[in-house]
Amino acid sequence: MSAVLDAASWVLLVAGGFFCVVGAIGMLRMPDFYTRVHSASVLDTLGAGLILLGLLLQADDPFVAVRLVIIGLLLFFVSPTATHALARAALIRGLAPLLGARPSKRS
Amino acid sequence: MMFAVAAAALLVALALVVARALAGPTVFDRLQAANTTGTLALMLLAVIGFLTGRPEFLDLAITYGLLNLVATMAVLKFFRFGDLGTPGEGS
Repeated sequence: MSAVLDAASWVLLVAGGFFCVVGAIGMLRMPDFYTRVHSASVLDTLGAGLILLGLLLQADDPFVAVRLVIIGLLLFFVSPTATHALARAALIRGLAPLLGARPSKRS
Repeated sequence: MMFAVAAAALLVALALVVARALAGPTVFDRLQAANTTGTLALMLLAVIGFLTGRPEFLDLAITYGLLNLVATMAVLKFFRFGDLGTPGEGS
């Protein structure tokens, strides 16, 4: 049982770390503010959620598990709210999205 | 060991996001990077709490998450209206 839990925890933690790194690379490489918001939301939801699930499998104290669930709910509601407010503020402020024909060659 | 792997991945992601915060052309890029940095620091606190066998760090992580939202909203309002005392958009 413990070995199964450890294996599942390994998979979840490594997948969460992978999505965190992928989201961070996207934030660095994407061409536009709005696309960067998109990749940051990958990091906020999938990466953080998978890592929290992996930690939750390793929690032996019920209070620790409750705290992890509280952190998960907090992230689940707060980070889309902050991201939405940011994108809306940028749009109202007049930051134009990158539209139009895709350049034929991007470095 | 698995916590060390997760912490290493989070540190790499943190370095990349801080690079975006330093390089971001607009203030919204920097704000988004600061918000993501807060999320990553929260996750890093939780993982380090498990890594060192002290889950009390999770309380700090909860506080950090709440402060992160307040800070983002305050800075966002300041940059949108130029003042923290304006009542908002109305509706």
